[in-house]
Amino acid sequence: MIEFQNVTKVYPNQNRAALENVDLTVNKGEFVFLVGPSGSGKSSFLRLILREERPNEGRILVAGNDLARLTNWKVPALRRKIGCVFQDFRLLPSKTVEQNVGFALEVIGKPRRFIKRVVPEVLDLVGLEGKHDRMPDQLSGGEQQRVAMARAFVNRPMILLADEPTGNIDPATSIGIMKVLDRINRTGTTVVMATHDAAIVDSMRKRVIELEYGKVVRDQNRGIYGQAY
Amino acid sequence: MRSNFVFQEIWVGLRRNLTMTMALIVVVAISLSLLGTGLLFVKQVDRTRTYWQSQVEISVYLCYKGDINPNCHGAITPQQQQQLVTTLTSMSQVENVTYVSQAEAYTLFKSAMSNEQSLVSTVTASELPPSLEIKLRNPSADYQIVSSAVQGRAGIDSVIDEMTILQKFYNLLNGLRNAVIVVALILVVAAVLLVANTIRLSAFNRRRETGIMRLVGASNFYIQLPFLLEGVIAGLFGWVIAAALLIGVKSLLLNNLQQYFSYNVGLSAGDLIEVIVLAMVIGVALCGVTAFVTLRRYLRV
Repeated sequence: MIEFQNVTKVYPNQNRAALENVDLTVNKGEFVFLVGPSGSGKSSFLRLILREERPNEGRILVAGNDLARLTNWKVPALRRKIGCVFQDFRLLPSKTVEQNVGFALEVIGKPRRFIKRVVPEVLDLVGLEGKHDRMPDQLSGGEQQRVAMARAFVNRPMILLADEPTGNIDPATSIGIMKVLDRINRTGTTVVMATHDAAIVDSMRKRVIELEYGKVVRDQNRGIYGQAY
Repeated sequence: MRSNFVFQEIWVGLRRNLTMTMALIVVVAISLSLLGTGLLFVKQVDRTRTYWQSQVEISVYLCYKGDINPNCHGAITPQQQQQLVTTLTSMSQVENVTYVSQAEAYTLFKSAMSNEQSLVSTVTASELPPSLEIKLRNPSADYQIVSSAVQGRAGIDSVIDEMTILQKFYNLLNGLRNAVIVVALILVVAAVLLVANTIRLSAFNRRRETGIMRLVGASNFYIQLPFLLEGVIAGLFGWVIAAALLIGVKSLLLNNLQQYFSYNVGLSAGDLIEVIVLAMVIGVALCGVTAFVTLRRYLRV
């Protein structure tokens, strides 16, 4: 589903590579934790998958697309196969929960009847029953993140990228968020989650990829966060 | 394509920077109306020029008894007059030559000055020069040749060629037109910069929305269309105001100017519509292209 072949990424005006010679494969339906200290290249990894950045060297294959060969106007089609969740939720404050999720479908031109049917289903899936008409500022952090996950998942992407989704949320609420991610993963969606949260990684026992200074230093099935931290 | 979604976005965008949008509309309106006025002037000058050039004649005023011009030594002799007419009629550029006697000149003078009875009463037939009115085949090309051929001959008081008189009037009109067009072009530049700035602000105001749109895979077209249409709609509003101003210019300014001429060289409604349509094309193209170029810089994939 995601394949990095000797990928190196150096940002302009920087001496050190953000990613160096990264070579790995994530299979369809896998759940992968991406761990490592700040600046180790986790976010660059995710941005490369989204083709927000392009590698200096190496090849990246995502959902059957060679990103080097992908023309600009085909990038939207790639991103429709990928859902994204962030630490800061990125909801639209002037829209209700339902409108926020519907927005993602609206802007890719889905018909209104389809949106009306699909959005409530997804909101129920992430555990927001009865809160469809709330505004984002009336929700707790955990609930806002659920809205963001609903928006990322509503178009049934093949891949879900989560960049520290529990970073702004207390540990008790984080468990709920992880349950939703797990539920999404069980529908066959590949999940890649960058995180600093050792407790979550240790309890889930999924594949762990550890980055340090842009290099993969550990790739372990059913791994834990690591002793050093 | 969800059209109501796009229109909703446009409305939100226009409302969010209302002051900027209004400034944009006003500048577009003024620059388009000035540009249109310039174009109307061009048309008016052309129309007048074509009309007059076909009408232009050379008047050769002849010496008469009591003429005070130092070139004259008493009235022109019949031989001199005969010679002059022969020279003129033999020129290939001349279509015909008409002799206007003092009595005829007085009749023409009376009818031309019918509003100024006091002036008419002080002038008698013997004070007006007789003349030869020369009609030319191709006035605009030949008036110089013909007028210089007779200039300075004995028995001639003066040669008036209407082209030189007209030229002054044309210079005035041309100057006016150029001034209007220069000001209009400066305003067009201002309008372009304002469109760019308005679109940029609008894009900045909605960077959250566009960021999400990019992430969920909305096409560039879908992301940019609301901004593009925002510019075009502001341009159209400006154009509507400009069209009203242009109708005013035509009916108040140019039609009033028309009163001073006895021939009909006024612009038709068709000319006005042509200029207004041209103004619309320019306005929409201006706003659309500027918005498009700005968006390419500020809303990348």
